[in-house]
Amino acid sequence: MTDNVHEHELHAYVDGTLPEARRLEVEAWLAAHPADAARVQDWIGQNQSLHAAFDSVLNEPLPLNLVRATRRPALPVPFKAVAATLAMLVTGLIGYAIGLGTPGQAPAAPAYLARDAAIAHAVFSPESRHPVEVDAAHADHLVAWLSKRVGTQLQAPDFSAQGFELLGGRLLTGETGPVAQFMYQDKIERRVTLYVRRAVAGNTETSFRHATENGVDVFYWIDGDFGYALSGQIGRQAIQRLADAAYRQLVTASADR
Amino acid sequence: MRTRPDLIEHLPRLRRYARALTGDVNRADDLVQDTLERALAKLDLWQPGSDLRAWLFTLMHNLFVNQIRIKRPQETVMEDALDEPVSGGQMEALAARDIHAALARLPEEQREVLLLVGLEQFGYAEAAQVLGVPTGTVMSRLSRARERMRQMLAGEPAVKLKLVI
Repeated sequence: MTDNVHEHELHAYVDGTLPEARRLEVEAWLAAHPADAARVQDWIGQNQSLHAAFDSVLNEPLPLNLVRATRRPALPVPFKAVAATLAMLVTGLIGYAIGLGTPGQAPAAPAYLARDAAIAHAVFSPESRHPVEVDAAHADHLVAWLSKRVGTQLQAPDFSAQGFELLGGRLLTGETGPVAQFMYQDKIERRVTLYVRRAVAGNTETSFRHATENGVDVFYWIDGDFGYALSGQIGRQAIQRLADAAYRQLVTASADR
Repeated sequence: MRTRPDLIEHLPRLRRYARALTGDVNRADDLVQDTLERALAKLDLWQPGSDLRAWLFTLMHNLFVNQIRIKRPQETVMEDALDEPVSGGQMEALAARDIHAALARLPEEQREVLLLVGLEQFGYAEAAQVLGVPTGTVMSRLSRARERMRQMLAGEPAVKLKLVI
């Protein structure tokens, strides 16, 4: 159907892979051949429709089970145990198996908040290229976005007095809904993360607690309907100072509301 | 110790491709999960410096093809037969006007090529590598996919099928 423009070149034109000189020739040729021009126009429209239909997937929060699947063998053995325990808890809670552990046991203490937070910390804090989805340069936007998704007015605590600056945050999906993770970093690039999610209904635990999950120190508490967990590997006392600061700031803010 | 490549940054695009390929959120994420497991198990076979993304898509393609084979052992996909004009013309064209529906009705082989090239922006040679077929096959599938989509989305027969009486 084409005399001097090959069918393949029409596709290459649509996909933008022709050298510039040839692209101009094909363009001129199309101007004189309306039937082919119409086909090419439709093909371009198809590419645009595909992007319009599926590009939103790129911005979806990454399911935590897939994030774990990118790392599983890299996790030290105790972490596998943590993951398996988590799977078991999840199975027990909402009958949803994520393929790691064996179902059966009922969920134990509310410490699963600490475990989830520690896993999320271990997954994302080593990231050099994409530690956060939205960086701290857009802090207002970040807090507003995460607040909207998690469903409560969040606040990113200020740890500058403790030497940690906000790096940014990301949205994760957890078993009780969306999870906000804020990440902070100090001058020697040690990172701590604050994990916030809706607490499981009926959970009235409010005290300030500490757990160690495979070397990650986690301080966590429930405030109203939300659970907070601060994780890091900077030594228990250092993380506790940060957690105290976070707790004071967040509880004060929530009392002011 | 060899540096472990980071798979996480490929997750969003693997998910996008799988979603478009399967048309189903859960099936897509299962396919991504299987791909990641396969990738981690075979990571030693990946050549550092080569295109990790293309390699991951290759693994996903192989898994997808196996799934189809298991699901439909009796059915032989005859690409040319499926390429015949849609029967019933207008009605089916109307039903398939939506891009999702049109994609779903595309033979898998053509759908893969259309998505790799049109959505994921792989080059023709790269797409050929991912699918394990010659570049010429990619071109002919792409051509057929685009014409078939055109038929379904516009409800008009392909130019080559016009009857001249």
